[in-house]
Amino acid sequence: MSGVSTATVEDLAEATAPDRFWNRQRRLGAALVVIGLIAAVIFGSLAESATARFTISEDAEGAALSINGQLGAILFGIVTIAAGGALLAGVAKRWQTTLLVLGIVTFVFSFLCWQVAGKFLPLVDTASGSLELALPLILGALAGVLCERSGVVNVAIEGQFLMGAFGAALVGTLATSVWAGLISAVVGGVIIASLLAVLAIRFLVDQVVVGIVLNLLALGITGFLYERLMQPDALKYNSPPRLPEWRIPGLADIPVVGPVLFETNLLVWLALALVVVIHLGLTRTRWGLRTRAVGEHPTAADTVGVRVRGLRYMNVLLGGVVAGAGGAYFTLVSTGAFNKNMTAGAGFIALAALIFGRWTPFGALGAALFFGFAQKLANYLSAVGSPVPNQFLNMLPYIATIIAVAGLVGRVRAPAADGVPYVKS
Amino acid sequence: MRGITKRFGDLVANDHIDITVEPGEVHALLGENGAGKSTLMNQLYGLLQPDEGEILVDGEKKVFRSPRDAIAAGIGMVHQHFMLVPVFTVAENIALGAEETRGGPLGWLDRRRNRRDVLETSKRYGLPVDPDALVENLPVGAQQRVEIVKALTREVDLLILDEPTAVLTPQETDELLAVMRSLAETGKSIVFITHKLREVKAIADRITVIRRGRTVGTATPDTSEDELAALMVGRDVSLEVSKTPADPGREVLKVSGLVVDDDRGVRAVDGVDLVVRSGEVLGIAGVQGNGQTELVEAIMGLREIRAGAVELEDKSLAGRTTKQVLRAGVGYVPEDRSLDGVVKDFTVAENLVLDMYDRAPFGNGFALNPKAIDESARERVTQFDIRTSSPQSTVGTLSGGNQQKVVVAREMSRPLKLLIAAQPTRGVDVGSIEFIHNQIIHERDVGTAVLVVSSELDEVVGLADRIAVMYRGRILAVVAPDMPREEIGLLMAGVVTQAEDTE
Amino acid sequence: MTTEAPEKKAEPKKEESFLGVFLHNLWSANTVVVTILSILLALVIGAVLIVVSDSDVLATFSYFTARPSDALTASWDLISHAYADLFKGAIFDPAAVQAWFSGSGDWKTVFNPLSETLTYAAPLVFTGLAVALAFRGGLFNIGAQGQAVIGCVTAGVAGFAIGLPPVLHLIVALLFGVIGGALWGFVPGLLKARTGAHEVITTIMLNYTATLFLGWLILQSGVQDPNRTDAVSKTIDSTAGLPALPAPLRVHLGIVLAVLATAGVAWLINRSSFGFELRAVGVNPPAAKTAGMSVARTYIMLMVVAGGLAGLGGAVQVLGTADRLTGQVAGNIGFDGLLVALLGRNKPWGVLFAAMLYGGLRAGGNLMQVDVGVSLELVTVLQALIVIFIAAPALVKSIFQLRDARTARLGASMAKGW
Repeated sequence: MSGVSTATVEDLAEATAPDRFWNRQRRLGAALVVIGLIAAVIFGSLAESATARFTISEDAEGAALSINGQLGAILFGIVTIAAGGALLAGVAKRWQTTLLVLGIVTFVFSFLCWQVAGKFLPLVDTASGSLELALPLILGALAGVLCERSGVVNVAIEGQFLMGAFGAALVGTLATSVWAGLISAVVGGVIIASLLAVLAIRFLVDQVVVGIVLNLLALGITGFLYERLMQPDALKYNSPPRLPEWRIPGLADIPVVGPVLFETNLLVWLALALVVVIHLGLTRTRWGLRTRAVGEHPTAADTVGVRVRGLRYMNVLLGGVVAGAGGAYFTLVSTGAFNKNMTAGAGFIALAALIFGRWTPFGALGAALFFGFAQKLANYLSAVGSPVPNQFLNMLPYIATIIAVAGLVGRVRAPAADGVPYVKS
Repeated sequence: MRGITKRFGDLVANDHIDITVEPGEVHALLGENGAGKSTLMNQLYGLLQPDEGEILVDGEKKVFRSPRDAIAAGIGMVHQHFMLVPVFTVAENIALGAEETRGGPLGWLDRRRNRRDVLETSKRYGLPVDPDALVENLPVGAQQRVEIVKALTREVDLLILDEPTAVLTPQETDELLAVMRSLAETGKSIVFITHKLREVKAIADRITVIRRGRTVGTATPDTSEDELAALMVGRDVSLEVSKTPADPGREVLKVSGLVVDDDRGVRAVDGVDLVVRSGEVLGIAGVQGNGQTELVEAIMGLREIRAGAVELEDKSLAGRTTKQVLRAGVGYVPEDRSLDGVVKDFTVAENLVLDMYDRAPFGNGFALNPKAIDESARERVTQFDIRTSSPQSTVGTLSGGNQQKVVVAREMSRPLKLLIAAQPTRGVDVGSIEFIHNQIIHERDVGTAVLVVSSELDEVVGLADRIAVMYRGRILAVVAPDMPREEIGLLMAGVVTQAEDTE
Repeated sequence: MTTEAPEKKAEPKKEESFLGVFLHNLWSANTVVVTILSILLALVIGAVLIVVSDSDVLATFSYFTARPSDALTASWDLISHAYADLFKGAIFDPAAVQAWFSGSGDWKTVFNPLSETLTYAAPLVFTGLAVALAFRGGLFNIGAQGQAVIGCVTAGVAGFAIGLPPVLHLIVALLFGVIGGALWGFVPGLLKARTGAHEVITTIMLNYTATLFLGWLILQSGVQDPNRTDAVSKTIDSTAGLPALPAPLRVHLGIVLAVLATAGVAWLINRSSFGFELRAVGVNPPAAKTAGMSVARTYIMLMVVAGGLAGLGGAVQVLGTADRLTGQVAGNIGFDGLLVALLGRNKPWGVLFAAMLYGGLRAGGNLMQVDVGVSLELVTVLQALIVIFIAAPALVKSIFQLRDARTARLGASMAKGW
């Protein structure tokens, strides 16, 4: 335990193997150069040499950012190559993230220039549409953060969404109150969460198994009741009021940002606030410290007197609240009625966002926004009849997640005890 | 603690144990691996509940449902496997469970105060720790200091240390003993769990010896080592292995300039040269964690070789798969039996062909031959005295010693050029130890080269014809087994005097 | 996951009547008892759902205190009718049997329920085996759905795009299904072996990728039916179809292939060298590695074989029942296969039995929906509930106050998280 022996160990630690040439930064750089080349050459040559207009106002004729589509595709592609080249050349590590983001963003711009050439893309509509599509993903992924940071794998987000959406539609209609609907959505999410908690924590059933089966259970129950109640009499059971859009005067007049962020529904604000709250909670509070300890090393937490199972129960149920609210999006915001299997895999995209966002609230937010944007873009492209099939854009969240977990772009690490039930010896 | 009894199924881990610890004393709990020492202390710490018996603190009866009750009663414990969250900082680990907060119900962490508390305790007891370091980056010695500081910040009256010296060098051990002594002087009681006699004699005020779940005696530090050992093991132990002088032949294994990294990418083996000849046992002595594991794994093709050469009868083993190494005539008894040695859900018969299932007569690489597997299993069970109800029982139902015999039987039932046995008798009962030692010597006598790695110096001295002492990834010296144990001990601690190399 | 066959009943030493021993064992929580009670519990909960979702019956409950008999009779009528339909639709209808004997009906009507059951069961056997086999090797293959979808695609395309003589065309189409599924299993296997990427995550993601790919493919010219504007492919050639019994019976050769596959997988697990490797890797990868096995190679092979099985399931679905590709051609067979594997406790013959049960529920559910208007979704609920109870034997045990017995705890060894 002396200073002498510690020093010896540190000497050894320094003697690690020399860095290999193809380290993470160089691999990323090479990847960026390749996609940059694709952008500059393929997008550039395919793009029409016509003006691509990105309109700022709500109509097609108003103020817009314009650029020649072909020129834009090539220019942005070159910037991507440059960013990749800088990474390859071995710039300082602190520039790594900046350059990576720059490279990806310019690649997307290049793609947009190609697709929008000769047409226009309304920025406000795209941004608010992306945010709206991202909304359930944010909430679902946050629910995942709550569960998984305390060590319970949650693949039942899809089921929580469905129950939430169904509860919101049914009770919202019966009570003719959107708020009653929202509360029942939360209750719906909590029902599935409590089943997950009891089966996983008390009965030690494999958490992935429970999650998958609960998804099917939620699918079955909501589908069954939909066909028995809602389909025969939609007016009585399935016409909930919609969540109103609120406008904050002043702030809503800011161009682009205003209509997107300050002329919207409560759920959006709730989701964004939750990102901050959960982030601060996890990093700055006693609850967060204990949650993370329980997710990483439950035995250690137990030996210092933390109630492992109690904390896990609480976090899984809290996750149910958040995911249930996410489910309300489908009926109270998006369509205004429940439909069988209406979530169509959104819960799994939320799971992807959770993983892609490395189990952190802000990471999940970023991933959800990215995936929401991809979906919105897919809708736009199929609306303007682009040759790029929208199915491939819709695959983006899944493929991005596979790439992330395979460690091809940096490593994602789950909480160490995620999915491992806690049993006292 | 009075009349403590704890059962796990049919196994009685603690059988009516009584133990009393006075304020300010260092009370050693001495016993073999698996004697029930940790089980007893886990009940005192609230991790396990006793089936019978009661715990009294300051004369008052207490029931500890969880560690939080024990902590409230002023009990702290440093576990054998550290209870630290690797991705947390030292300060976070120490704060966990006893966080300083402000902001009332929100429970806002007061990091500055947490950090200050850590530094204060660390200074008061002379246990240097860096509050901002990540635990996963710390060496084990420092992690142990963190554990002790963690317990001390909770104002303990009684501190339990479970096998604290297993991962320490003799020097570090001495320092730890000094810390324990000074803690006891401040009036704290210490329960010190160990199976090492030297440490017990050096520090303990009183000694309780536990064997097979029972208290078999109490003793004072004046009791001789022989008596303590006899109490601990239950009969006069002879760790002497009877054998004839070796008759070394040609060089079978030749390792030169070997460099290997551990799982974290830290250099674990740093330029090792050694030679094992046919018909001799080379023992590797050293405190656990000095690169022995990585050395053996590299030879077996289980770990990447960074530099250097490994040759088996002049053929290079570098870059070979484990299967190729095994097929080249190397037998391997891995150090972690339950993790690497056997598949507990497999039957005895299946475990006996774990590395031979695809070769005649047990199989042809495509299909298995259950009949041949079964017949051979019956033979081995008799030959190696494996106590099992049937070769079709799962290995998990066997005792540790019999599981180890399954491994030994498997590895010795094919023609070998080299046998590597790592910690061959860890967690094995005394009867099986003798049997296994004799089997190893027998293998040597038929002309196999044998490499034995053990952190028990007695075992190495008993088995080996030559002893290589390993320290921090290097072989410090190769010595004869009749060298005084103190000198070998110094070598294990990294102290090199001149002219050690007797080769 | 246990490696050896069903538990051995300890021979009682004391002199006891056979009946005494039988009764003694009957109320202990062994695997068979837990399975039966799980099914029972699921049916009870299903019954509650049927009643609370029926407004007519619910109305009788409004005056329950005044005339309880009304509510009880109405509930009983509805439930018994629904569950009788479930039986009649899955196994046989006594009325049809009577009609056959009296000469007024024909044999096809009698065997139609069984035929339906087997038709639904066939693909589930393959996907169930795909999940169970991977389970035994320590991998949780949630990707059976995606592998089955790709199997549908490759087998379907081979079925209408290549012209070959009968028999040969069928074999080629089936092989295409196997290869497609195997490819889709190879990817997560490779990622797991090379980078440690958790197969649960990668296979979930590949499921949706496969569905989206199918959605795109059937709209492409050369695949889409030229006479249709919606997302439907061309019909497969009759040379590639699986031979079936005369209409209206739908049961086809697929169920025979399923039984053969079950036997094959049982042999593979218990009697082959690869099976020895995969079982060792499944329960203790470090020991397998130490004994010279290649864990990475085993993972890859395992996922290829599992994917191939699921792909074959997809192929059987297309070539036996669906006859063409649609967006929903694979239905839910992959996820149902997961349930089937769990219910069958990851043992090949158990999977076969479980697939039959689920196929029967599905076939009976159709009749139930048509006859008493109880939605087919009830079957999904029942299927999920059964597996929940199976997976938590402690729950069943505490509900029925069973005595302790050795029950195989499901998936416990899988609980390794990501």
